[in-house]
Amino acid sequence: MSVAVSCRGVGKVYASRTGDVEALSPVDLEIAAGEFVVLIGPSGCGKTTLLRILGGLQQASAGRMALLPGADGRQSVGFVFQAANLLPWLNVEQNVALPLRLQGRDTAARLARARTLCGQVGLAGFEQRWPRELSGGMQQRAAIARALADDPALLLMDEPFGALDALTRTRMNQELERLWLASGATVVLVTHSITEAVMLADRIVLMSPRPGRVQAIVDVKFPRPRRPALEGSVEFQAIASDLRRLLGEEA
Amino acid sequence: MNAARILPGVVAVLLFFAGWQAYCAMSGISPLLLPSPVQVLRAFIDILGEAPTWVHLAFTLGETLAGFAIALVFGIALGWVIATFPMLERAIHPFVVASQIVPKVALVPLFVLWFGFGPTSKIVVAAVIAFFPVMTNTLLGLRSVEAGHEDVFGALRANAWQRFRMLQLPSALPAIMAGTEMAMVLATIGAVVGEYLGGSDGLGYFAVATMNAFQTDRLFGIIILLTVMGFLLYAAVAWLRRALLPWHRSVG
Ligand SMILES: Nc1ncnc2c1ncn2[C@@H]1O[C@H](COP(=O)(O)OP(=O)(O)O)[C@@H](O)[C@H]1O
Ligand SMILES: [Mg+2]
Repeated sequence: MSVAVSCRGVGKVYASRTGDVEALSPVDLEIAAGEFVVLIGPSGCGKTTLLRILGGLQQASAGRMALLPGADGRQSVGFVFQAANLLPWLNVEQNVALPLRLQGRDTAARLARARTLCGQVGLAGFEQRWPRELSGGMQQRAAIARALADDPALLLMDEPFGALDALTRTRMNQELERLWLASGATVVLVTHSITEAVMLADRIVLMSPRPGRVQAIVDVKFPRPRRPALEGSVEFQAIASDLRRLLGEEA
Repeated sequence: MNAARILPGVVAVLLFFAGWQAYCAMSGISPLLLPSPVQVLRAFIDILGEAPTWVHLAFTLGETLAGFAIALVFGIALGWVIATFPMLERAIHPFVVASQIVPKVALVPLFVLWFGFGPTSKIVVAAVIAFFPVMTNTLLGLRSVEAGHEDVFGALRANAWQRFRMLQLPSALPAIMAGTEMAMVLATIGAVVGEYLGGSDGLGYFAVATMNAFQTDRLFGIIILLTVMGFLLYAAVAWLRRALLPWHRSVG
């Protein structure tokens, strides 16, 4: 398997008025192409910082980070943020088509793609609505569709379902797994939810409190697609309680 | 809009005119000071039937629109320059403050001196007065781009032009349009005040000439004409704002 993401000694120090804050102490991490990796750790441990560095939204202050170009040679990255961040002046399908518009694809092609994606994330019939007319869960679906629009090789998701209720979240997890299986993309997802982590991940990367570093890596080998009922199984609960223990030790 | 909602307003306006008419009839006040509504209406219809009125209107309208357009172009351009190069703001700041504080109407004689008694000086007055709300609102709008939206364009590796076209401009548009509405009103005021103080064209000049001839009823008629013109210009900009911002909460 080829390596999609590689971090060697990636560190980050924020300069602030009250002095420097070490957000990430050197992180070493390799992620295989097509792998679903979940980052979990106490809040403030640098998960968002690491994700933003991977997405090129921030510069690391130390170390080296490399992304493998996708099949088409582009280092395309889809980013789903904690907030949907839809542009309020574009309707749903125009929002979803934004990555293709930035690449200069013609209107007909990008709207056709956007409509297909809207259907896949369960937004059929809402293509022409304004973002403000959608519920929080629907907005986040649109954001996921937008991140998938130009078939990125790497999908970065920062607590994408953090603001959703538990039921919606379970359903979104299933839909995400389905989309990911169809796309073949590499995914790095940040979450606070142990259940979400075990349900989705091939590998769970546990980060220590600030300054963040990789504390433990847990493999999750359940077959896919995974059913919500899996959560009740003994094996699932064993991994979940392992994680809880590891997270608790450091808290 | 239903009848019950507009009824109180209609009744109030009718009562106002009835009271005005009654006061003129009973107090015996000279029509040179206060003509009755009926006299004003007659004078207004007379004025509309005279060819020079429309020439004056054309001058005022042209000056207002020219000043407004100049204010729009320079206001948006300077607002963008300041938002993009923050260093410049500190340099320009004293000038901005000074020009906000100076009563701009007091500069009109100076503009007449520099640009003559023709339409140019009026256009300059209209532009100078209308310029500031456009510039400050553009600056405010460009500064209010949401960090989350910036991140979206950053993750998609958008270039500077794409960011301007697809992020900054639409983010700033509600504020720019609010400034544009103000600019339309101020440009009208600027053109008319410019005409008061110099020259021999435009509704402002027409009003002063009519006043000097003690034709108070006709003066009222000119004021009505100016009001209608100002209202239509404002309505046009308000309509444009709604057309450009269908997504915005300010548009119901
Ligand atoms: N722009 C910034 N300036 C200064 N400190 C920051 C900045 N962003 C994050 N931090 C600090 O870095 C640490 C890690 O933040 P973050 O990556 O957001 O953590 P997480 O996503 O795991 O909660 C926190 O202590 C936070 O306060
Ligand atoms: Mg975070």
